[in-house]
Amino acid sequence: MTTDPDTAPALRLRNVSKTFGGVKALQNVDFEVRAGEVHCLAGENGCGKSTLIKIVTGVYTPDPGAEIELFGHPLDTISPTKARALGIAVIWQDLALFPHMTVAENIAFDDMVGVMPRVSFGSRYKARVQAVLDRLNVPLDLNTRLGDLPIAQRQIVAIARALMGEARLVFMDEPTASLTQSETDSLLDVVRTLSSQGIAVVFVSHRLAEVIDIAERVTVLRDGKLVGVYPTEGMTQSRLGELMTGALLENSVSAQDRSSAEPVLVIKDLSRHDEFRGVSLTIRRGEVLGLIGLIGSGRTELAHALIGMSRPDAGEIQLEGAPVRFASIRDAIARGVAYVSEDRLTLGLIQPQSIADNTVISVLDRVLDGLGLMAPKRQSQLVSHWIEELAVKIGQPEDAVSTLSGGNQQKVVLAKWLATEPRLLILDSPTVGVDVGARAGIFRIVRQLADEGLAILLISDEVTEVMFNADRVLHMAEGRIVGEYDPHATSVPDLEARIYA
Amino acid sequence: MPDIFRTHPVEARLAVVLLLLIVGLSLGTDTFMTMGNITSLLNNNAVNLIWAVGLLVVLIAGGIDISFAVAASVVQYVAAQIFMGIGGGNWAIGFVVAGALGICLGLVNALLIHGFRVISIVITIATFNAFFGLLMFFTHGRNIYNLPDWWTDRIFIFERQAADGTWSELNLSVAVMIVCVLATWGLIRLTTLGHQLYAFGDNPEGARRAGVNIWQMQIVAFGWCGMMAGIGGLMQVNIAQEVVPNALYGRELDVLAAVVLGGARLGGGRGTVVGCILGVMFVAITQNGLNLLGISPFAFQMIIGATILLAISSSNLSFGRRSRSEKAGAA
Ligand SMILES: Nc1ncnc2c1ncn2[C@@H]1O[C@H](COP(=O)(O)OP(=O)(O)OP(=O)(O)O)[C@@H](O)[C@H]1O
Ligand SMILES: [Mg+2]
Repeated sequence: MTTDPDTAPALRLRNVSKTFGGVKALQNVDFEVRAGEVHCLAGENGCGKSTLIKIVTGVYTPDPGAEIELFGHPLDTISPTKARALGIAVIWQDLALFPHMTVAENIAFDDMVGVMPRVSFGSRYKARVQAVLDRLNVPLDLNTRLGDLPIAQRQIVAIARALMGEARLVFMDEPTASLTQSETDSLLDVVRTLSSQGIAVVFVSHRLAEVIDIAERVTVLRDGKLVGVYPTEGMTQSRLGELMTGALLENSVSAQDRSSAEPVLVIKDLSRHDEFRGVSLTIRRGEVLGLIGLIGSGRTELAHALIGMSRPDAGEIQLEGAPVRFASIRDAIARGVAYVSEDRLTLGLIQPQSIADNTVISVLDRVLDGLGLMAPKRQSQLVSHWIEELAVKIGQPEDAVSTLSGGNQQKVVLAKWLATEPRLLILDSPTVGVDVGARAGIFRIVRQLADEGLAILLISDEVTEVMFNADRVLHMAEGRIVGEYDPHATSVPDLEARIYA
Repeated sequence: MPDIFRTHPVEARLAVVLLLLIVGLSLGTDTFMTMGNITSLLNNNAVNLIWAVGLLVVLIAGGIDISFAVAASVVQYVAAQIFMGIGGGNWAIGFVVAGALGICLGLVNALLIHGFRVISIVITIATFNAFFGLLMFFTHGRNIYNLPDWWTDRIFIFERQAADGTWSELNLSVAVMIVCVLATWGLIRLTTLGHQLYAFGDNPEGARRAGVNIWQMQIVAFGWCGMMAGIGGLMQVNIAQEVVPNALYGRELDVLAAVVLGGARLGGGRGTVVGCILGVMFVAITQNGLNLLGISPFAFQMIIGATILLAISSSNLSFGRRSRSEKAGAA
């Protein structure tokens, strides 16, 4: 024991490095969390945030030379069970839950992992599970299979699971990435509750407003190296973004008037039972149309109807003047519509395949040579073009997608769709889990694609995103379009007030 | 009740089909619902169910085992040598020897799978061939008849004489089957190991991050399956009265079919002992019914094949519906 446990920090890391093959994920990082504080870990995609968490929890072993001290106790080795016994809990970026098991079994699972196998009756842990859910103040049926729950509720399950042990230090790796604003707010309330109970929380998020709101201090990493530790008091989003990327990022309204261009997509009175009603809109060549709405507003369902994943009950869709009815997604792709879906982590990628193969999978016909065989050179050109455009942080294009950090995986999905060179691009929350620098990069590309004549539907629930990147903004609520705004004629607070009202 | 259809759709549907089948056969034939037929069904399927619950544990843990039936033959042969070597033995020694030999063969699978990080279907197809080849090499394909008496003597746990003078009785293997079924149920439902097996089959990376010992999971799953293979082999000799090296070859697919019909998911994370019992019952009763109705045995193979297709595709269809509504809910 080097320090008095009562005043010792919850966690102190010194000189932590981690190398994967050739990739230096972390280099000589120092990190300290005080007991009971909310501490944010910020940095661009692939800077090593998740890796740091995995080291503290014993999933990865750090390179030699690292020092780890927990609540004043220096540790030589650490394993997931030991970490938990010491009061560390984690909510993983990919949740790491068990879809075929029930809610109760998922929440109580960590109790099942110990050195000695033993008998365990469901009745014994169910009461404790219920107590934790009550503490979080969320009603959930304990016997539902996890796979039947929507993502937001799975998140709650993951948090409840973390609280089952007597956690004193909780890591949350991008817990808000797939949550809507109101769900995020209630999650942040939970975080404040934990902190007031003396539990230290390390919070990872790419939403800088959230970081500044919730944390007392923020540790910034860049390319696996420590940039510094800063108090959030007096910190601004642009200053934080600058620290993370090393470059100054500016936001400004970029809307342009495209009302004289020819329409690419026209929909009239489109309705689908229980999902959306009487939706009419037009997207013109070169236009970025922002569509903003909360969960359940029907925005994603509308996108599904536009891409042929579901059939509208009534109304008309016109693509470049001709009425269309897509029989399937393939049909829609063939006519130049591309759709980057919300839950890319599960649907978009073939995890064990290489980054390169994933990027070209939707455009295989364009990497063929005269004989119809794969032309490796064309493929690598295409791949390196998009990797560069989107600033994807990778080791080799041949590495499996599963080795990429969460945010970088999402960029690969985007690359895959952009490579199809569509005429209408539907982006459904394209920046979930993507860092500030890359967000700017993605929107620069979106704007550039629009300038080349592409029509873009940008679906989002972040006001700033549509304000600064769309030419026009439609507001959707309860299945209807309830308002249209010109970004030049409104302001972020004004729009926020209307949408979150 | 509708809750069961939601939480265990395959098992619930299979139970309904089975009930219809039983009612149909009871009404359609006058031989099905007789004490004699029911006891012989139980006697004839006890070994299958012992193997089925062993295989179930492997399936839950996300693996598959093709080699267990041949492993049972190996156990029979080696056990016969041991019993002759020690000059007889008894049931207690028999269970210990057969169980231990079975565990050893299961551990060979676990070791290879974990050591080479190769998927279990590849490894167990290889061990299936290796076990069978070695067995035929050492036995020259010859049967063994001179077995210790305790092993081949029939022990009845239940006897009854019907009005017409015919006897119906239950073998020791039925009692052993009940113990194996209960033990497996206890393992997977009541112990922490069981929860870990489900979790490991469901999401291996998630389990690893929670600190589940992967090596231990393989040992438990394949060791248990091997033990059941050995015990099943022991009981099968008691029924057949001889050791025939290739008698069990091919049985693995029948058992696998029954377990999968009972709702165990190829790929892991799902499966119940009750489903396993229903699956074995379904296969047994279908075969028995066709016999009683005088229909060609080849029809049986077709029916089992078709039901597997139906069971798997219908559970996948309902899964498709669910995942779509799930997306709508998450949007
Ligand atoms: N198992 C692995 N094998 C090889 N490389 C890896 C592995 N895990 C992580 N990396 C690499 O280490 C780097 C850091 O990844 P990490 O997941 O820690 O990033 P992150 O900061 O969490 O990013 P994000 O915000 O996108 O989640 C990345 O370049 C990633 O590709
Ligand atoms: Mg990460």
